[in-house]
Amino acid sequence: MRRVVTLYRSSVGKKILMAVTGFMWLGFLLGHMVGNLKAFQGAPMFDEYAHHLRVLGEPILPRTGFLWAFRAVMSTAFVAHLLLAWQTSRQSRAARQSGYRKREDLNFTFASRWMRWGGVFILIFVVFHVLHMTTGQLHPDFVEGGAYHNLVTGLGSPVVAALYALAMLVVALHLHHGVWSMFQTLGANHPKYATLRRPLSTIVAIAIFLGFVSIPVAVLAGVVS
Amino acid sequence: MNLTLHVWRQDGPDRAGRFETYHAKDISEHASFLELLDLVNEDLTRSGGEPIAFEHDCREGICGSCGMMINGVPHGPRSMVATCQLHMRSFRDGDDIWIEPWRATAFPVIRDLVVDRSALDRLIQAGGFISVRTGSAPDANAIPIPKDDADQAMDGAQCIGCGACVAACPNASAMLFMSAKVGHLGLLPQGQPERYTRVLDMVARHDAEGFGTCTNHGACQEACPKGISVDFIARLNRDVLAGSWKAATVEAS
Repeated sequence: MRRVVTLYRSSVGKKILMAVTGFMWLGFLLGHMVGNLKAFQGAPMFDEYAHHLRVLGEPILPRTGFLWAFRAVMSTAFVAHLLLAWQTSRQSRAARQSGYRKREDLNFTFASRWMRWGGVFILIFVVFHVLHMTTGQLHPDFVEGGAYHNLVTGLGSPVVAALYALAMLVVALHLHHGVWSMFQTLGANHPKYATLRRPLSTIVAIAIFLGFVSIPVAVLAGVVS
Repeated sequence: MNLTLHVWRQDGPDRAGRFETYHAKDISEHASFLELLDLVNEDLTRSGGEPIAFEHDCREGICGSCGMMINGVPHGPRSMVATCQLHMRSFRDGDDIWIEPWRATAFPVIRDLVVDRSALDRLIQAGGFISVRTGSAPDANAIPIPKDDADQAMDGAQCIGCGACVAACPNASAMLFMSAKVGHLGLLPQGQPERYTRVLDMVARHDAEGFGTCTNHGACQEACPKGISVDFIARLNRDVLAGSWKAATVEAS
């Protein structure tokens, strides 16, 4: 904890903590994506998987014990990532109070330019997504424990499916800059592998986008029904 | 060549600034950018005006004083040159050129295009000393240094402290400057004893001076007249990580 506090005190340390919490969420996204793809194996497999997430760790842990511990860790990482982004953004805004009349954006990418607003969009999407697919308040026909049913009816509307696709595009852009940025911030730039960081970020972003978007597309196309 | 210049004029640190337009006529394409400003200033002086204040010294790209924002790019459109090494052949006849001072809270404008970059000096001071034996000069090559390390340290040591990285950075962060200094000493055996305390002290100073945080856009590396790479920033981050770890261990023991 003392080390985390030491890091938190400096701007570079804050970024290191952002890289670590971002990495945790990247890991979660990859796992979530692989889980989602089980929808292609049909309703029994998918529901079995969803049920398994709830009873994971039983009987050593109480029912949904692992799930709640996992939720607590991931939520903490999410909030920390957000607060750190807010704090570092504030420091940066204060660092240039009057701008340039003319400025060329040197070496910016579309993804790097949209990190902060993309992050805000992702926050809104995550709140919607939990209310939609986890707790069901925003779902037209939510059935407790009926993961496959919820998925098919929830993504059946083209508008909702499009919203999910848009959100995944924003997540992919966030990762396109975020993964490279994570390596850079953690100081991972071994001369032999450093040139692989950009392509790897692109591959991760594309894989996450395609993996997640394949589900609403399959639902709309009737492949998953 | 005939050019239209839009130059930021500001009478003092606490005065409001504004853009003034000047028409520079019959400028040789072989003139350097600073010579262009000299010619404009001669005209201004002759007509009883106040010449444009700008910082300059060596005029050969090593002192780091002549930085200014030219059409939105630090040191102008050519890469790997300081403003003094930029020549008018990089522009076209009839061009409009916007000239502004560096903009950063840590670099207050003193007058016109001159900013106070002493925040960078205080950053260096925060880095402190390196421990060396004093007395008679040591033999050359008494401390063997691998060629790769020496070359890389030299790349960092090329920094001329002009502040272009801060000017180009969307966050007005001095990370590239600081990382060049940290990397330059951190790569050499002489820099090892204070390596980790130095980096933590410098980062603390960097934040206290009001510079922003790095978002890894890489604009600094494009703007740097010495071509210093953002690889140095990764190295700095690594040293901060290791340094924070060690500092916490020392505190705990």
